[in-house]
Amino acid sequence: MRRICYKGLMAVLGLYVLLVQAVQAAGYDEALAKFTSDQFPQIEQGILDLAAIGSPEAARLLEALNDGRLFFTAGKQVVFKEGNGVIDGLTAAKLDPAPDNLKTVRMNNRVRRTLESALGTLSLVAVDPVKRRAAAEAVFKARDPQALPLLETAIQKEKDTAIKNVMERARAAILVADSKASELARLGAVETLAERGDQEVMSLLASVRPQAPANLVQSIDAAIKVIERRLSLLSAFQNAIYGLSLGSVLLLAAIGLAITFGVMGIINMAHGEMVMLGAYTTFLVQEVIRAKYPALFDWSLMIALPLAFLVSALFGVMIERSILRFLYGRPLETLLATWGVSLVLQQGVRTLFGPTNREVGAPAFMSGSVDLWGLTITSGRLWIIVFSMLVFFALLLLMRATSFGLKMRAVTQNRRMAAAMGIPTPIIDQMTFALGSGIAGIAGVALSQIDNVSPNLGQGYIIDSFMVVVFGGVGNLWGTLVGALTLGVANKFLEPLAGAVLGKIVMLVFIILFIQKRPRGLFALKGRSVEG
Amino acid sequence: MSFSFLQKDRLAIVFMAILAGFGVIVPLLNLLMPEGSFFHIPTYAVSLLGKYICFAILALSLDLVWGFCGILSLGHGAFFALGGYAMGMYLMRQIGARGVYANPVLPDFMVFLNMKELPLPWYGFSSFSYAMLMVFLVPGLLAFVFGWFAFRSRVSGVYLSIITQAMTFAMMLAFFRNDMGFGGNNGLTDFKDILGFSVQASGTRLTLYMLSILALGGCYLVARMMVQSAYGRVLIAIRDAESRTRFLGYRVEHFKVLAFTVSACMAGLAGALYVPQVGIINPSEFAPGNSIEAVIWVAVGGRGTLVGPVLGAVLVNFAKTWLTGALAEFWLFALGALFIGVTLFLPKGIIGTLSEKFSKPKAEADVAEEVRS
Repeated sequence: MRRICYKGLMAVLGLYVLLVQAVQAAGYDEALAKFTSDQFPQIEQGILDLAAIGSPEAARLLEALNDGRLFFTAGKQVVFKEGNGVIDGLTAAKLDPAPDNLKTVRMNNRVRRTLESALGTLSLVAVDPVKRRAAAEAVFKARDPQALPLLETAIQKEKDTAIKNVMERARAAILVADSKASELARLGAVETLAERGDQEVMSLLASVRPQAPANLVQSIDAAIKVIERRLSLLSAFQNAIYGLSLGSVLLLAAIGLAITFGVMGIINMAHGEMVMLGAYTTFLVQEVIRAKYPALFDWSLMIALPLAFLVSALFGVMIERSILRFLYGRPLETLLATWGVSLVLQQGVRTLFGPTNREVGAPAFMSGSVDLWGLTITSGRLWIIVFSMLVFFALLLLMRATSFGLKMRAVTQNRRMAAAMGIPTPIIDQMTFALGSGIAGIAGVALSQIDNVSPNLGQGYIIDSFMVVVFGGVGNLWGTLVGALTLGVANKFLEPLAGAVLGKIVMLVFIILFIQKRPRGLFALKGRSVEG
Repeated sequence: MSFSFLQKDRLAIVFMAILAGFGVIVPLLNLLMPEGSFFHIPTYAVSLLGKYICFAILALSLDLVWGFCGILSLGHGAFFALGGYAMGMYLMRQIGARGVYANPVLPDFMVFLNMKELPLPWYGFSSFSYAMLMVFLVPGLLAFVFGWFAFRSRVSGVYLSIITQAMTFAMMLAFFRNDMGFGGNNGLTDFKDILGFSVQASGTRLTLYMLSILALGGCYLVARMMVQSAYGRVLIAIRDAESRTRFLGYRVEHFKVLAFTVSACMAGLAGALYVPQVGIINPSEFAPGNSIEAVIWVAVGGRGTLVGPVLGAVLVNFAKTWLTGALAEFWLFALGALFIGVTLFLPKGIIGTLSEKFSKPKAEADVAEEVRS
């Protein structure tokens, strides 16, 4: 037989291998013989035997059985069809000529169920790592002691540590739940589970606990405590990440507002609509790319960034030139006029693009999720954090290192003195407003990734952005950063305690109370000009 | 009551006369003219007018703080809605066992939400006089507490505007919650009767309309008395130069808190009259957009004139009713343009501009001046 010759070659490599394989070869004979039986329990046993062997060849046979491609000849030789040919089950050799009078292996529901679970466990040794992982998860869920032998071999063969972890967890789960296993093995299993525990493991341990012997109960309790502590740590960590990402969104939306408010002392109620314009610019860019240059799709956000900046900045300049410059020194009227602008822009976009949400896609590198110490976090959220930090530090650089930034800071601190020094304040105002609006446009590009692009997009952020500015104080970018991140993180930590809406109300009340204590925010500018 | 203080003020006399005219002629035309007649005013139109009058009271209350004290409140809709909720709660209790679930004590939505007993804030609302007290007390108390904290720490200008907006936003979120016990999303509706009269009956609607006119007249007189007294002079001084007034020895925050509280009570009254006429109150009345819209009524009519806001509220709302019916898409464009146009080209509003034209130059000091930051 060819298989045995092959085995003979292998013998050179080591006795151990030979032995194992020989046992397997023997196992094959018996297992395959059982398929020719007309007794269902026999066939079932055959499936279990093959599953216990757990080699790729066994998997191939079981898959054939599953697809109804497994037959036996009148001479009780088990064969399966693959493609056009007929293959011998034992030797895996192609049979030529193909035998006739093939009989199908008998099946009923019970056998089929056994077959399915056997196929599931066999995936533990599949080549595809995704399949192996899924199989290990399935074994963990089913906790079938019969899967244990194959699982052991799979663990030994496994090279991927992440999958190995999942397999070991599954093995421990089987052992803990198996009352026939030795106490020592079960104790060890509890320890393993304590190390890799999550919510599921907790409920498993809790369900095992009532029937467990006294020793085991103790260690189970300890394990549950360990897992609980880790879970609460993890959820705190997750809240922190989500909070940071919410804070970055707030930072992006608020920072332009903070600059214009700082320099010009006016509140731009249309700031949210500048954000919306940025998001719609992204939408348009993606539409063009989808229609004309699909290959560039991954670059769509990069292309949209400068365009969104330009579009929003342009609108900002238009608003400043046509409306705001007539209202300087009247901040309350400015507030009303910009509210009017926001209504017109909202309705304009609604008329042009329709009131429904527009689809903005994510480039490949931003979709999917990242695994961080057992936490799955969508990478979009992480990118927003990175992006907002980039924008923040670029702005900081602009304020600190350029002549425009210097002039802007001078006007913020004392407008009249700056004017007396020869700084053209109207031009600075204009450029500041354009810059603030442009940054809002950039924020729109980012927000298009996590929020619905609709005409109301800006409205959702405007009050929160104001709160950030009020909380962080005016005229200092660091204040805005600290304000935004604090509010974001606090919001996420309040949410599980008080619910999303109540958490938000608590935040608003807190800020209203906070500015009683510090009416000019956390980082107030000191100086006479600020008092007005 | 003596009307001697109305002398020498033609504007006030004309206003009161027109108001009285509306109060008498509209019900007469509704009752006496036959249905098909050109001069007949149908009952729904009377209710619509009544709604405008309620908005006019809200605008008037806003003018008291913005026009005379320089406090631009973007949260007056909250006081309006609170007054409305107080009235709505009374009306809900009046339904009694006639609701869908026929529970004699609990309103339908509470039965629906599986509440077993009446929440504490609802106690007492079966009494009309208690409900009326609450119409003034709840908005007044909120305004007092809020104003006390804000004015004491000298929060002013755009900062104040923003936190008033945040206040009404927070209230909106809170009232949207079902477990607040105020009907959540749907608010309070399906009212049956008020003081034993059906809210649907045209007689009740006429009465509510006339009550609204009376309330507007009353609020106008109260506001006028306030701003023309020595107290009002100080308010105007605060508006024009807050620090200077403080240095002259006035407790600026006391003046402001009083004006803010009185104004909130008026807004609450307006809301209470509004609810039975429109038949519903829900959390969207708290939306920040509503409060800002009320500000534009004041700006259109002319702030610091008391009469102007009334005119502005009626005009803008009439335009809104007409435009949303005829050209729904166009309304927001028109409203936005109104915000921009009025601040740019008509900073004193209609009445302010007109009275500037017709009065002698020396009266200029009385007319609203621009508020400096």
